[in-house]
Amino acid sequence: MLQTVAPLLMDALANAALIFFVAFGLTLTFSVLRILNVAHGSFYSIGAYVAASAGLFIVGAGLNPWLTYPSLILSAAAVAALFGPLVEKTLVRWTYGRGEAVQILMTFGLFLILEDLQRMVFGVNSLYEDTPMALLGITEIGGVVYLNYQILLIALAALTLVGLRIFIRHTRTGRLLHVVVADREVSEAMGIDTGRMFTLAFTLGVFLAALGGALATPTTGVAPGLGAETMVLAFAVAAIGGLGQVEGAALAAVIVAAARVLAIYFAPELDAVAPYLVMLVVLLVRPYGLFGKAAVRRI
Amino acid sequence: MPKPLIGLAAGVALLAALPLAVPFMTFVVTLAVAKGFAALGVALLLRAGLISLGHAMYFAIGAYTTAFLMQKTGITDFAILVAASIIVATLAGLAFGAFLVRYRAIFFAMLNLAVSMVIYALCSKLYGVTGGTDGLRVGVPTVFAWVPEKAAFDTFLLYATLGLMLVLGWLGHRYLKSPLGHALAAVHTNEVRLEYLGVSAWSTLLTAYGISAGLAGLGGALSAMAIGHVLPEFAFWTESGHLVLTAVLGGVGGVAGPFIGSIFLELVHVVAVGVAAEAWNLIIGVALICVIFFLPRGLFGLIEGRRGKTGGTDL
Repeated sequence: MLQTVAPLLMDALANAALIFFVAFGLTLTFSVLRILNVAHGSFYSIGAYVAASAGLFIVGAGLNPWLTYPSLILSAAAVAALFGPLVEKTLVRWTYGRGEAVQILMTFGLFLILEDLQRMVFGVNSLYEDTPMALLGITEIGGVVYLNYQILLIALAALTLVGLRIFIRHTRTGRLLHVVVADREVSEAMGIDTGRMFTLAFTLGVFLAALGGALATPTTGVAPGLGAETMVLAFAVAAIGGLGQVEGAALAAVIVAAARVLAIYFAPELDAVAPYLVMLVVLLVRPYGLFGKAAVRRI
Repeated sequence: MPKPLIGLAAGVALLAALPLAVPFMTFVVTLAVAKGFAALGVALLLRAGLISLGHAMYFAIGAYTTAFLMQKTGITDFAILVAASIIVATLAGLAFGAFLVRYRAIFFAMLNLAVSMVIYALCSKLYGVTGGTDGLRVGVPTVFAWVPEKAAFDTFLLYATLGLMLVLGWLGHRYLKSPLGHALAAVHTNEVRLEYLGVSAWSTLLTAYGISAGLAGLGGALSAMAIGHVLPEFAFWTESGHLVLTAVLGGVGGVAGPFIGSIFLELVHVVAVGVAAEAWNLIIGVALICVIFFLPRGLFGLIEGRRGKTGGTDL
């Protein structure tokens, strides 16, 4: 019994960890900026491309293979530093206070631009670089083989969840973010530089998406179209958890990953449908997600 | 003759004459107008302030209905195929719409996305019914007793599509001028006030949603016949995004807007394929952002603005 369930559980949790990063980024951006970033998935795939290229370079140049680990994080940081402030200050800032239609369209335009830019820079071939995963090897517990990299992913996701909680609750910048989420106008009147907070939150969101992509490359590689696929998955997870709810995103990631793993195991043809079916069912019962709060209708 | 009618007549005449001069434009114009129907459907909902990120599913449902009927039941008549596609897409729209139109803003967008992704996944997984990722081939339909060659049918399809555009465009125009159509804009401005006036927002939106699904289904059926093949990608969320993009680019202020947007996009596409095929998405992405920045009423707004009309519909 354990021999069947344990690997499934591990797969589900590792999968959940990967989705969690990107969905968390989406939900964080939404909670602070109140915009749904349709280009979020592109940051995931750009992170993946940069990390895979960096990994291939390190291995190709014959450097110490353990350098691939810092390069995963640095790739994500580089993507965030490049795109976060730039995109927020030029495009996204302009849409604040305008309708959702404008915000969704603006970021969709950005998504289209980024899709083509990726093709131009990284080509149309898929990249695969699994040194980090190969380095860690496997662990055997009770006759069941686990990939150590999967365990690392789960630990990293848990650490990120706890770390960001502490950041938001117990540091000055984090508390300022919290205040801006609670009431934008009042915080502005109190002298908080909300523009800076928005840039910070957006960049953090981009970083999480890129980090998710970077961490996924050793297991899945990266190919064109990854951004569009990840986008809907992140949407589904963020919506199930309730947009803007951090713990919700974590729980939803586990639910979605579990649904996918179960689908792959018992009904492979339903694999791709599973996340959206879960999303549909959850949103029909609780339109604001598992952790979301109902908004009052405007008059 | 009033000025807008002259413009309309000139535009349609140009569309009808262009393929005579450049034969491959038959396909381009047919596809552009077919997608214009779907974009018009999306534009109707945009007038109510609802952005659907899932309307490509009705486009796909229409396309698959045509393909399925031709392959599995042997029905090949153009009129029956088009009518069946519209009916199936409208029924699907009413069924999904019955619960979808209770939601607003981002939730409406995301639920439409969720439903469309389920449809997309089903299209690509149910090999027995939909042909899976290979899609389904669409043969050359017959027109009543006439069994045309592929080339002859393509010409017929172009003029039939243009005819449908005029008829449905006029009906759509009447709809937007009717109380039911005005109620759509009222949902956008103040839904609660509308309900205090005794108008049900739910039924207003459901009507619009059904119509928009039917229009998208028609677009799908016509595209399936023009392309000769249907694929699950028709229902992918990026296609839905493109439909919204087309509607906004053309302008949601009037019925002509989405068609103008669609034809403009396809023409630019034809040029771009020759010059910069790699950068097509880049070009329309930039175009979309420019339209949002500088032309909130779309290309149609340019024409409307010069006539000195006020009260155009912004996003």
